[in-house]
Amino acid sequence: MEEEAFTDINGKPITLDCHSHSSFCREFTVSSPKVSIGKVMVYTCSVWLLAYAVFFFTQNTAVLSSAILITLVGMMLHIHFVKVDHESLLVIGSLGIQVSSSYASGREVTTFIEMSKIKDIVINEAIYMHQIIYYLCVLLKEPFEPNEVSSVVPLFQSSKPRLGCLVKVYKSCQEILSTCQ
Amino acid sequence: MVLKIFFPQCCNRADSGLLVGRWIAGHDSAVVLAVIHYPFIPGQVKQYIQQMQAQSGVELSVLGSWSLPKEGQEGLESFLRDLSTIFPQERWLQISRQMGKTGFTCEVLSRDQSEKLNLLTFIFLSGGSARRSNEAEAKKESKDGGDGEEEAEEKVIFVHYEQRKVMLSQLHPIANENPENKSEPSTELREMFQTVAHSQPLFFLDKYDDGLLKSTHWQSEGREASIIVELMKQASVPLCIFISWLLSVWTWTCNIWIFSVFPLCFLSSILSTFIQLSYRTEHMRTLSSPKSAEGHTQFMRKANILVSVLVDVALGVFLMSWLYRDDHISMLADALVPAADHVAQQLEELLQWLMGAPAGLKMNRALDQVLGRFFLYHIHLWISYIHLMAPFIEGILWYGGLSACFGLTFALSLLSDMVALFTFHIYCFYVYGARLYCLKIYGLSSLWRLFRGKKWNVLRQRVDSCSYDLDQLFIGTLLLTILLFLLPTTALYYLVFTLLRLVIVLFQGILHLSVDFINSFPLFAAGLRVCRSYRLAEGVKFRVLCEEPGTALHLLMEINPLKFSSVVRTYRTPTYSCYPKDSWAALVKKLFIGELIYPWRHKTTKTD
Repeated sequence: MEEEAFTDINGKPITLDCHSHSSFCREFTVSSPKVSIGKVMVYTCSVWLLAYAVFFFTQNTAVLSSAILITLVGMMLHIHFVKVDHESLLVIGSLGIQVSSSYASGREVTTFIEMSKIKDIVINEAIYMHQIIYYLCVLLKEPFEPNEVSSVVPLFQSSKPRLGCLVKVYKSCQEILSTCQ
Repeated sequence: MVLKIFFPQCCNRADSGLLVGRWIAGHDSAVVLAVIHYPFIPGQVKQYIQQMQAQSGVELSVLGSWSLPKEGQEGLESFLRDLSTIFPQERWLQISRQMGKTGFTCEVLSRDQSEKLNLLTFIFLSGGSARRSNEAEAKKESKDGGDGEEEAEEKVIFVHYEQRKVMLSQLHPIANENPENKSEPSTELREMFQTVAHSQPLFFLDKYDDGLLKSTHWQSEGREASIIVELMKQASVPLCIFISWLLSVWTWTCNIWIFSVFPLCFLSSILSTFIQLSYRTEHMRTLSSPKSAEGHTQFMRKANILVSVLVDVALGVFLMSWLYRDDHISMLADALVPAADHVAQQLEELLQWLMGAPAGLKMNRALDQVLGRFFLYHIHLWISYIHLMAPFIEGILWYGGLSACFGLTFALSLLSDMVALFTFHIYCFYVYGARLYCLKIYGLSSLWRLFRGKKWNVLRQRVDSCSYDLDQLFIGTLLLTILLFLLPTTALYYLVFTLLRLVIVLFQGILHLSVDFINSFPLFAAGLRVCRSYRLAEGVKFRVLCEEPGTALHLLMEINPLKFSSVVRTYRTPTYSCYPKDSWAALVKKLFIGELIYPWRHKTTKTD
C-alpha cells in the first residue's frame, strides 16, 4: 500500500494510493483535496451579509430565513452531487475493470466494464484552450468487432492528475492487461 | 488464463458432495448452481441432471466435488478424487474448505494430465454483509498446492454470488429475446445471469422432499409460496376471459356505430375524451389477454399498465368523492354562468378599447368599426347561447363528473374538451383574424414585389424581374398603399386574438401533459427500483474485502441497480403523443405570417 503525493492540472495537491491485492488484481485510488474551511466560511459569511443588507432595507425576516435555507440546501447539494472525495480504479485480470467515484457525502457511483469489451487503456492528450491535458482512458470495443474502438471512457475526471501520476497507473495496468487479456 | 468459478453464497456451509452447474463456453468460467450431497448413486445423479436439463434448457453437468469435512469424516479426499472417473469431464474441480477458516482450496484436474494448480485469488460476490475475517490459512494451502507437478501456472478466481438475487434480477440493456437473432456472442456476466435465471427447476428440490437425492441451493431450506397469490392466479383466468369478452363487444359496437356515422367519427378524432377512451381500451385488452407474459419486457409493460390504471381509478374516485360531497357541483354550476358572462364582458370592453385609440395608436376608423362591430355581434350571439344552456349546466356537470370513476385521466380529458367548447368563440375570432391577416400579408408581399418590378416565378420557385405596364404599376401601387395603411389595424386585432387563443392552448396543453404523464409513467418499475432494486440491474460491482499480502484475495460483489432516469426511459409506456410538432422557430414564423397553428396534434399509436 503505497501513497504518493502528486499535483493535478490546476496545481492542487492530490494523493495516489496503489494497492496490489494479488498479481493480477490492483486498485488505484486518487484522492482530491477536501473542502476547505476557509472557503466554506467565506461563502457563508458573504451570503449572510448580503441577506442582512437586504433585510436592513426591506425589514422582512423572510429574507434571513430564506438565506439560511439556501445556504444549507446549497451546501448539502454540493457535497452530495458535486464534490468528489476520491476516485478509484480496480483492475482484475480477465474479469474486468471497475471505475468508481465517491462523493464527499459518502455516495458512490460505480461502473464495471467487462474484459471482453475492453480494447486497451491509454493516455490521451487533449487540447483545451491554451493547455494540453493528459488523461487516462479506457478504449472499448464491441465483442464481435475487435479492431474498432466503439467508445472511450475517461478515468479520473474530477481529480485530473498530471502526467507523472498517470504514467504510474498506466504502467501498472498494462502489466495486468498484457497477461490477462 | 484465469479460471473463474461462480459459487453461490448459500453453499458456503453445505455438506460435502458433488457440484452441479454449467461451464460457460468461450469464457473459461463455470457457474455452480447446487451441491448434491452424499449418499447418492451416480446413475441417479446422471438421470436427475438429464431431467433438469430437459426441463430448464440449461446445459447442466457435474463440475466437480466439494468437501467440507466435519468430525468423523476423514478419508473423503481419496473418495472425492476417484469420483472424477465416474463423471468424465474435460476439467474436474476439487474445491475444499476447512471449518472455521474462510479460505477455499481448489484443484483442477484436467482429463489428460493431472496438473496441480495454484489457488491465488478469491473473489466473493455477495449482497450480504461482510462477516469474514482475515485468514492466513489460505497462504499455507496455496503453498502446499504448489508442490508436485506444475506444468502451467493457472489462477483460479472464486466469485460468490447471492443466488436468489441473481436469479430474480434482469441485466439492462435487455438483450433481444428473439432466438433467431442471436448473432452477437453474449458477455460472460449476461451468460451467468441467464444460467441462474433459467435453472429454476433445479431449485424445486428442497430438504422436505422424500426423493433419492439431497441438494443444497438457495431454496433448499423449503419452498415458500403465498396462498393469496395462488388464489389470485386461479381467479384471474376467468376474470380475464370475461373482461376480454366485454372489450370485444365494446370495440365491435364502436366500430359499427361510431366510426360509420360521419360527424361522430370526425368528433372522435378531435375530442380527447374519445382518444383517451380508445387508448385505455387498448390497454385493457393487453392486460386481459389470458396468456401469461413471455419475457421480461412484456411482464413489466403489463404490470406498469395495471398499476397505472389502478392509480388512475383511485385518483378519479378521490376526485369524485370531493365533487359530490357538500354540493360542490351546484356551486361550480352557479359559478360557471357568471364567469362566462364576465369573460364576455371583458371581451366587449377589449373590443371597445380597440375601436377607440388603443395604446395611443391611430386606427383606420372605418375598418376598425367594421371589425369591432362584427366581433361584438359574435359575442352577443355567444352570450345568448350560454344563457340558453344555463339550466342544463348543472346536469351536464353532474353526469360528466361520473366519468371520473373511469379514472382521473378521463375527468381531465373531459375538462379539456369542455374548455375547448366553451371558448369556441375565441377560436372563431382567432381564425377570422388570422385569415384576414394572412390574406393581407400575402397581398402585401405580392404587391411589394410588383412595386419593385419583380415577380414570383412559379415554375422556377424564385423571384424574377418583370416589366409591367404603366396601368398595372399604377393600380398595384395604389392597392399596396391601401393595404399598407390598413395593416396596423388588422395586425392589432390579429395580435389580440392570437394571444387569447394561445392562453387557451396553454391551459389545454397543461391538461394534456398531465394526462400523458399519468398514462405513461412506469409506476411499477419505479416502485420496483425503490423496493427491490436488485431486480433491475445495470451491472455488477466488486469491492475488495480485507486481504493479506501473498494470500487469497477477498472481493465483495453486489448488483448495481439501474439509475432512475434509465428506468423511466426504458419502461415508459408509449402513448399517443401530443407533443408540439413544430419547433419554436417554426411556430414563431407561422405566427408572423398568419398561418393557423394547431400546436397539439394527436398522433395515433400506429405511427409509421
